[in-house]
Amino acid sequence: MSVVLNNTAILEYTLRLADDSLILGHRLTEWTSHGPFLEEDIAMSNVALDYIGRARMYYGYAAELSGDGKTEDDFAFLRDEREFRNLLINELPRGDFAYSTVRQLFIDVFNSLYLPKLMQSNDETLAAIAAKGIKETRYHLRRSRDWTLRLGDGTAESHKRMQKAIDSLWGYTHELFELDELEQQLADQRVGVDNTALRAEWLATVESILSEATLTRPNDDWVVKGGRTGYHTENLGHLLTEMQFLHRSNPSCEW
Amino acid sequence: MSSEEKLMENFMRKIEAEEKIEPKDWMPKAYRKNLIRQISQHGHSEIIGMQPEGNWLTRAPSLRRKAVLLSKVQDEAGHGLYLYSATETLGISRAELIAALQDGSAKYASIFNYPTQTWADVGAIGWLVDGAAIVNQISLQRTSYGPYARAMVRICKEESFHVRQGYEMMIALAQGSPAQKALAQDALNRFYWPALMMFGPHDSESAHSARSMQWKIKRETNDDLRQKFVDQTVAQIEFLGLQHPDADIKWNEETGHYDGGELDWDEFYSVINGNGHCNRQRIEHHVAAHEEGAWVREAMQAYREKQRNKAHKQAA
Repeated sequence: MSVVLNNTAILEYTLRLADDSLILGHRLTEWTSHGPFLEEDIAMSNVALDYIGRARMYYGYAAELSGDGKTEDDFAFLRDEREFRNLLINELPRGDFAYSTVRQLFIDVFNSLYLPKLMQSNDETLAAIAAKGIKETRYHLRRSRDWTLRLGDGTAESHKRMQKAIDSLWGYTHELFELDELEQQLADQRVGVDNTALRAEWLATVESILSEATLTRPNDDWVVKGGRTGYHTENLGHLLTEMQFLHRSNPSCEW
Repeated sequence: MSSEEKLMENFMRKIEAEEKIEPKDWMPKAYRKNLIRQISQHGHSEIIGMQPEGNWLTRAPSLRRKAVLLSKVQDEAGHGLYLYSATETLGISRAELIAALQDGSAKYASIFNYPTQTWADVGAIGWLVDGAAIVNQISLQRTSYGPYARAMVRICKEESFHVRQGYEMMIALAQGSPAQKALAQDALNRFYWPALMMFGPHDSESAHSARSMQWKIKRETNDDLRQKFVDQTVAQIEFLGLQHPDADIKWNEETGHYDGGELDWDEFYSVINGNGHCNRQRIEHHVAAHEEGAWVREAMQAYREKQRNKAHKQAA
């Protein structure tokens, strides 16, 4: 019985990670053919592909755990907004290039700390997905760090846009470092990761990059939370409407 | 013999001997101009071609299709990059190429002025549009200008993959529900004729053909390439169980080829001349992205200069 319960918990945990990757990957695809120049267009699509690939690995594992014939697409296309468990920062609109750069920086630094811990998970599949993911994340972080430096310390305009993006996104970073009961339980069992322990190093890394880029870390005077309980911003519904419409309009079809 | 005549003689000798012309070699002005026109047009087509398929990136009906489509659109951006680089070896800058695309003095394949209304259009583009492109590109692997020929070798490998992916998508639709099969038939009906027109006007009407053939920039004529495509497509349509959009298509025992109905050239020129659904939209999209990215490019430049100054100061 305890094994079954644990499977349900791991399934739930895996879906959260899958949703994070899919929603961010989807947002990044919105850059394709809109990049500031061709090489950057290609690089953004690359990062988007990594995240969609990561989402597919997580959903695939979730399908296996659910053991009721569900597929990756059932999770991605047939759940409603309230059932999605991604952290809010992933669903915010793509914004301008500064906004997307800052979001990537925050998430890349987070993943560069989170994935090495997940690699030590007792769950071999999650550990293997993390091992693949960390290689991509190291490259992503090099990119988002370089862009933060260039844009922060570029022109007055780029500096202004970057600072504005940082100020707009900061309040969404707090929930990266929270644990609910389920996550706490899995962290205790060394299946999941104790995210609360990652914040100090995340802050130190982000602050050092921002300061090198002549940018300022905002105060912690506002905090928005809710992704893990399905309490989303208004952005997610629109994203899902677009993403899911075709799949849902032809139910039970193969594509 | 003047030195110019000697250079010309040497150039023609190389062409005749199937030797490649390389960027530093002497070449006639008109050869250079013709190449810039053709390669940049080809590069612009890859770049503008990202848009009609990109139109479905956020709506792809499965995660697998989403990943495959994104990777395909990204390949196209990569092809654009090789082709722009090949054009730059002829002494023109990327900025000049982009300006020519945006002000309309350079062209791109008119097929991308047609809208992608349904998901099946993405399959039809992979199968028919990339399929038609590759017939042309295989022949261009033997083109006389070295950098262009080498870019084609690389591009053909990826394009043949795209054609298979597009066709595989059409198979899934054609073997799917009646609604899916109807989508496949509708996409075939709309994209078949414009795909045939991708080979350009009839040889007798083609403004650039004769000289391009003589200089071996083009290796086969528009009509010969088009015929190859018509021939290979008949069996593919049959296999899908779809109806051929050309009611007049008929095997000709004598020529060993299929004969088809005449193309609607008035429609073709009408779309080229600006009356397609997407002509304005495609260029406006490109201009908007370019303008929106201006501050990023400026910041990158400013940062580079700051770093250079710092390095100078440290050295001093």
